Amino acid sequence: MRSGTRVKWAVCAAAVAVAATACGGGGGDGGGVNGIVRASWGDPQNPLEPANTNEVQGGKVLDMIFRGLKKYDPRTGAAENWLAKSITTTDQQDFTITLKPGWKFSNGEPVTAHSFVDAWNYGAALKNKQVNASFFSYIDGYDQVHPDSGNPTATTMSGLKVKDDDTFTVRLTQKFSTWPDTLGYSAFYPLPRSFFTDHAGWLSKPVGDGPYKVSSYTKGSLMALRTWHGYQGTDKARNGGVDLRVYTDNNTAYTDLQAGNLDLVDDIPATQLKNVKRDLGSRYINQPAGIIQTISFPMYDPKWTGANSDKLRQGISMAIDRASITKRIFDGTRTPASDWTSPVLGARGGFKEGLCGGVCAFDPAQARKLIKEGGGLPGGRMQIAYNADTGSHKEWIDAVCNSVNNVLGNDNACVGAPVGTFADFRNQITAKSETQPFRAGWQMDYPLIQDFLQPLYYTGGSSNDSHWSDKDFDSLVNQANAQSDSAQAVTAFQNAERILAAQVPAIPLWYQNGNAGYASNLSNVALNQFSVPVYNEITVH
Amino acid sequence: MGRYVIRRLLQMVPVFIGSTLLIFVMVYALGDPVAALFGDRAPDPATAAQIRKDLYLDHPLWQQYVHYMAQIFQGNFGTAFDGQPVLTLMSTAWPLTIRLTIVAVVVEAVIGVVLGLFSGLRRGRTVDSGVLVLTLVVVSVPTFVSGYVLQYLFGVEWNLVNPSVSPAAPFSELLLPGIVLALVSLAYVTRLTRTSVVENHRADYVRTAIAKGLPRHRVVLRHLLRNSLIPVVTFIGTDIGALMGGAIVTERIFNIHGVGYQLYQGILRQNSPTVVGFVTILVIVFLIANLLVDLLYAVLDPRIRYA
Repeated sequence: MRSGTRVKWAVCAAAVAVAATACGGGGGDGGGVNGIVRASWGDPQNPLEPANTNEVQGGKVLDMIFRGLKKYDPRTGAAENWLAKSITTTDQQDFTITLKPGWKFSNGEPVTAHSFVDAWNYGAALKNKQVNASFFSYIDGYDQVHPDSGNPTATTMSGLKVKDDDTFTVRLTQKFSTWPDTLGYSAFYPLPRSFFTDHAGWLSKPVGDGPYKVSSYTKGSLMALRTWHGYQGTDKARNGGVDLRVYTDNNTAYTDLQAGNLDLVDDIPATQLKNVKRDLGSRYINQPAGIIQTISFPMYDPKWTGANSDKLRQGISMAIDRASITKRIFDGTRTPASDWTSPVLGARGGFKEGLCGGVCAFDPAQARKLIKEGGGLPGGRMQIAYNADTGSHKEWIDAVCNSVNNVLGNDNACVGAPVGTFADFRNQITAKSETQPFRAGWQMDYPLIQDFLQPLYYTGGSSNDSHWSDKDFDSLVNQANAQSDSAQAVTAFQNAERILAAQVPAIPLWYQNGNAGYASNLSNVALNQFSVPVYNEITVH
Repeated sequence: MGRYVIRRLLQMVPVFIGSTLLIFVMVYALGDPVAALFGDRAPDPATAAQIRKDLYLDHPLWQQYVHYMAQIFQGNFGTAFDGQPVLTLMSTAWPLTIRLTIVAVVVEAVIGVVLGLFSGLRRGRTVDSGVLVLTLVVVSVPTFVSGYVLQYLFGVEWNLVNPSVSPAAPFSELLLPGIVLALVSLAYVTRLTRTSVVENHRADYVRTAIAKGLPRHRVVLRHLLRNSLIPVVTFIGTDIGALMGGAIVTERIFNIHGVGYQLYQGILRQNSPTVVGFVTILVIVFLIANLLVDLLYAVLDPRIRYA
């Protein structure tokens, strides 16, 4: 196809031209700059502030233009010191953080202890209404800047103190030994002065300290990121830059990839999963990500919490044929779950295959027996609630219900209960007005077993949608958090997880994979544990 | 004529107020949008309360509506959740959608009328039956099917165009999306023109014109076609509004960030300022297009006069 080839050449030439101007304009050391990666993107939901970004699309930009105290290794998930030279503590509650010298924001301003402390105080302050404010709730003084009701009595958190330009101390409200490992999350990134002095200007063209800087940003359609040559870290970008293009429909992005109009797609449409191996061959990536899907029970509803209800919930779990559903409906992009964490944590991080035991194995006879002993389904039938607007949940909810119905020999035992919008769905759950089991998905914030257990099952946890509460579980989590030795902390967390296996406030269904496809002019494409491409390692040829 | 136009313009005021109120209530009925901002995490009550307060969501519905209308009359259409003023969204989205609609209207008017005229003049012959079958097929294929199929054929299989439209969206890139958007209406225009031409073919004035010895092209264009266009113009006029609103599917398929895209995002995130603002403008466009159609009647048919 002659015309096709010609188009491609024109694009390459344009890309080279853009790269050349970017290189000239940057005035940096130049050198190994090659092409630009054209990648698919979704419009971020909130303004691009670090503490106000809680979804993947905004998060991927922040991870390109920022670096924090810690960084998660894209392969192992281990939290490594990045801007931090050291984070030390003697009592697991008071931490001293020392910064590496010489780091700068891309506007030339040095990164100091103030850059962190000011950013964190901004993120926690109620008046800034940042959706990730609760990440700072472990810091002493959070209650004064962000009270549950009434007006704040302070503007800065008393637990944060700047010693000098390179050192600051943090006092937490409780012992939390793995707290330093949470600091790779985007909410904890430092911010330059311009964020506070010219907020609107900063939002239209964010400035950070990462390997890329924003060259231009057309909200809702395109963000052009270019390699920042002044970047000090060892993970310099190996390409000239990344153009993130907003797609409303992932089918269109996939078609663009096939036509050579796009280089990288990190969301393969469900309808193309059957063809993607044939279309892309080895350029299709399908690997585990830190996402687990569950069916959670309304543990505030007496129907689901009566005597012997443990057996009822265990029985329902055993009636679900995870292996067939993941194969038939998801084409292998999900793996049947056998614990409440994720394989990306690795054995050292706390993932334990089979921890759930027989409760997560498909066993129709035992399922029938347990459901009967548990008093049968409340009222003879159950529904599984889900939101119908995004994510095409209907297919698998119906499959799960069919599996339960087949086991019970009753076509009406389980049906899906769609809720129109995600917002409405979430409202029903948080207002405790949902009286039937509902679907829940959890994407980790940082690769720690703590993040899979504490927010979801600890009494009053920020995402404890079941409103489940168990004293033994809470005390085991507290013990784990107070452990200075990470192996012992993991053991304590796993003991807590065994309580979940006995009581099943939520049925683990499957671990979700990250998917991506790329064009033949890219190499070194990989996804990290958050199912986001590791952009800075991609090379273009 | 002038009085007629003024009367019609005045009629738009209650329609405008009624439609904004209806849309406002409908978006409100979808529920509280703030919970969705927090994803799968339960909203921290203090932050959620602060967001609701800033968005004026902590007031009863009628107060929100009055507040919203008061702002509109000051030229403020509110803010989307990502911090962008809705006016900014409009200024980027409307030019795209207008360009797309122009392409679609030109395509449907030119091709539709030409096809309709030819099949009307050759009633019952092969051309006529061929066009009939063709329009039947086009009408029965939904836009999203024709959109994806044409996009794949032209974009991937033959590599003639880019499957998606770039953010600048020049006319040349909007050709394929415009055709997809126009396809169904094009079939209707063809059928309408054909029926109308066939009907008027036997009218007295056509016979007179032929008897006078006028050249055939003059009879067809000046007398037959012009008088046959009234139902077609009515259809195209009402179709302009439908095309702009209906572009939601086409814009999604071809990744055009126009009105359809903004409406889709607004509905998904339950952002009432975006949805109400865009739909309000759509309503006004629809009303004005209809007024223009009514005025065009007088131009096409000298027997019609407005007082």
